[in-house]
Amino acid sequence: MVPLEWYIALSTVIFIIGVTGFLIRRNIIIMLICIELMLNAVNLSLIAFSHYLQDLKGQILVIFVITVAAAEAAIGLAILVALYRNKAVVHTDKLTEMKG
Amino acid sequence: MLPQVFFAYFAIVTIALSLIIITRKNPVHSVLWMLVLFFHIAGLYLFLNAEFIAAVQVILYAGAVLVLFLFVIMMLNLKEELSSERFIGEWPIGVALGLSILLFVFFSISKFIAGPSGEFTIERILKETHTKAIGKVLYTEYILPFEVASLILLIAIVGAIVLAKKRT
Repeated sequence: MVPLEWYIALSTVIFIIGVTGFLIRRNIIIMLICIELMLNAVNLSLIAFSHYLQDLKGQILVIFVITVAAAEAAIGLAILVALYRNKAVVHTDKLTEMKG
Repeated sequence: MLPQVFFAYFAIVTIALSLIIITRKNPVHSVLWMLVLFFHIAGLYLFLNAEFIAAVQVILYAGAVLVLFLFVIMMLNLKEELSSERFIGEWPIGVALGLSILLFVFFSISKFIAGPSGEFTIERILKETHTKAIGKVLYTEYILPFEVASLILLIAIVGAIVLAKKRT
């Protein structure tokens, strides 16, 4: 039997890799992929908890997370298409209109 | 022994694939590696007795979300992307930040105390079948969140069309 802590550790590592990728990449497509990576890490930890605590609520939550992830990917990619049509770049450091 | 070996294989492959994904220069390569990663995560779900979620993972993530990503990448002309720098100039700060969060969470994992167990033991789920057990909980106890989720999808559809539409 694999202990629950191993799953939490694995999920943490994947999540942190996603966070780091989001912070250091300049390509917006890869940043969106990193968000998917983070959501997957969260799903993994939710399912591990659901299995070890013998409660199905975690898996119900995973279904909702997958729904929101699909919606987020659709909206994010639509924003990307609109952005590319107006600016023809997908680099974060070339998008300085908002002076952020 | 065998479960640990399986877990070690899946853990090593998922971590290696995540590192590959965030360092590829070509987004298409990233997305294709992501496909392999999703199959491995589905394997981990099967390992945790969550067959339905594993199937949903493969169908929805690998089948729908990644195809969406590939479509958009193919629509954009990314020739110029491939010749430019892949990381931002301040990337060591980002890596240091990630590592510090990792250390912080790892210290707190050892302090973890499991809460009380629920009523869905593995034997009960096996007897009832997993999909049926999930369906019963989802459509009785969580029917309102389920409806809200459908609303979120509707907003996503409308929002995607409005955002990506050509301005007339």
